[in-house]
Amino acid sequence: MIAALTKSWRGWLFPVLVIAGAEIWFLFNPVLSDTLAAPSKIVSGAIETLTDGTLLKTTYQTLVAAAIGLLIGMVAGTACGILIGLARTADRLSSWSVEMLRPIPSVALIPLSLLTFGYGYRMEYAVVAWATFWPFLILTQHALKQVDVRLMEVSKLMGFGIFARIFKIMLPAAAPRLFTALRLSVGLSLVVAVTVEIAANPQGLGYGLMVSQESLRPDRMFALLIWVGLLGWALNYGLVWLEGRLFAHRAPGAVASA
Amino acid sequence: MKRFRIADIALGIAGLIVLLLLWQLVTSLELISRVFLPSPAATISALEWGLVNGDLLPQTLATVNRMIQGWLLASLVAIAIGSLIGVSPVARAYIQPTLEFLRPLPASAIIPVAISLFGLNASMVLGVVVFGAVWPTLLGTIHGFAHVEPRLVEVSRLLQMSRWEFIYKIGLPNAVPDILAGMRLSLTVALILAVVGELLTAQEGLGTAVLHAARSYRAADLYAGILLLGLIGLVSNYGLAIADKRILAWKN
Repeated sequence: MIAALTKSWRGWLFPVLVIAGAEIWFLFNPVLSDTLAAPSKIVSGAIETLTDGTLLKTTYQTLVAAAIGLLIGMVAGTACGILIGLARTADRLSSWSVEMLRPIPSVALIPLSLLTFGYGYRMEYAVVAWATFWPFLILTQHALKQVDVRLMEVSKLMGFGIFARIFKIMLPAAAPRLFTALRLSVGLSLVVAVTVEIAANPQGLGYGLMVSQESLRPDRMFALLIWVGLLGWALNYGLVWLEGRLFAHRAPGAVASA
Repeated sequence: MKRFRIADIALGIAGLIVLLLLWQLVTSLELISRVFLPSPAATISALEWGLVNGDLLPQTLATVNRMIQGWLLASLVAIAIGSLIGVSPVARAYIQPTLEFLRPLPASAIIPVAISLFGLNASMVLGVVVFGAVWPTLLGTIHGFAHVEPRLVEVSRLLQMSRWEFIYKIGLPNAVPDILAGMRLSLTVALILAVVGELLTAQEGLGTAVLHAARSYRAADLYAGILLLGLIGLVSNYGLAIADKRILAWKN
């Protein structure tokens, strides 16, 4: 990490210049703005959200909503992906339905989810689950198609039943691709959760952002915005690192970003 | 081979019909209340009525218009800035890390900032769509420029091409596949942000239509709107996939 930072010092220059420029601009134009805030004000806003508990509470709400929604989407998507990936008939039967349903944007379901579940966690789970269901479905199906034919022959020779075949041969063989699906979906779940909170659900980081804007506190708004960015970046970075650790020996190209 | 494909299509349609029948079954047994799940027939008639007599058609056009406008603007900006950054290794070294950091930021998180800058109106929505849709194409363009065949770079030096000549004679043609891949992603993002913007600002469009339908418990209208949004996604995806194939035909 430190090596990466010192190696890419050039990458730091640009944001540092922007921040310094903004600070100097506000120094010479000391207006009380409803829309923008000096970097130093944003820092004090960040400290304020941290000490009054807003930051922790909203982060917890967003992460829980994203994680449980993701879990539902992952289990359902992987299960359906296995079914479609195993049986060619299931694949052909579902192809049109998948093609028709998949392009429905997750945000289009916000009003429906609101109508069905009301405000709260459950409406957010539903929208996040819908959004993450599809990457798992598609990537599981593709991963199973690319399992080595010889592995399948071995499982047949050993007289494995269908469950042994799935859990002992297919899922381990497909693991690197499934992990890629997980990494993409973690980012997606955070994006969708924040979006749902901004558009409708009165909880979490997205709602915190809206409240800061509505109460004319740009310092708090930008502090939360930067925090959301850091969170997304850290989750992605952590998962890329884990992916390299777990699957370095088998999938050299798997870390490529999407 | 040909027979297989016909069988595939037949099975695909059969699967879709089974799904519709299941939907019909669930609604006629009232397993889920009509308030949340209308029957397929009610949804279709709501769709038909809305398109012919109601204002679903102008609302659909408004959303499509917003999506396309934002997407085109974002693509132009992204390709222009992406070329400038991508063509210079120095600019890449200084700016790309910042861009990579900003990329995972949920584009919708910028909405509160946009509201405080522009207010709750159509230009705010357009601004958010452009901001969100810029990223995939921008990073795609930079990636495309960064991975130009080194020998082509040498050739351009030997021919003493200017930077502009290099951009449009070598850089851009090489980056086309990456740019197109980015633009496809951008279009999806544009649709999503257009709908979110409408949900928040009550501008004319399908987002507003589905929200109003949900608020007044008109489930059939709600599903009709969701179907139309899915259709927009489907058509725009296919349209771009076909355009992709056409444009990239020279590569193969």
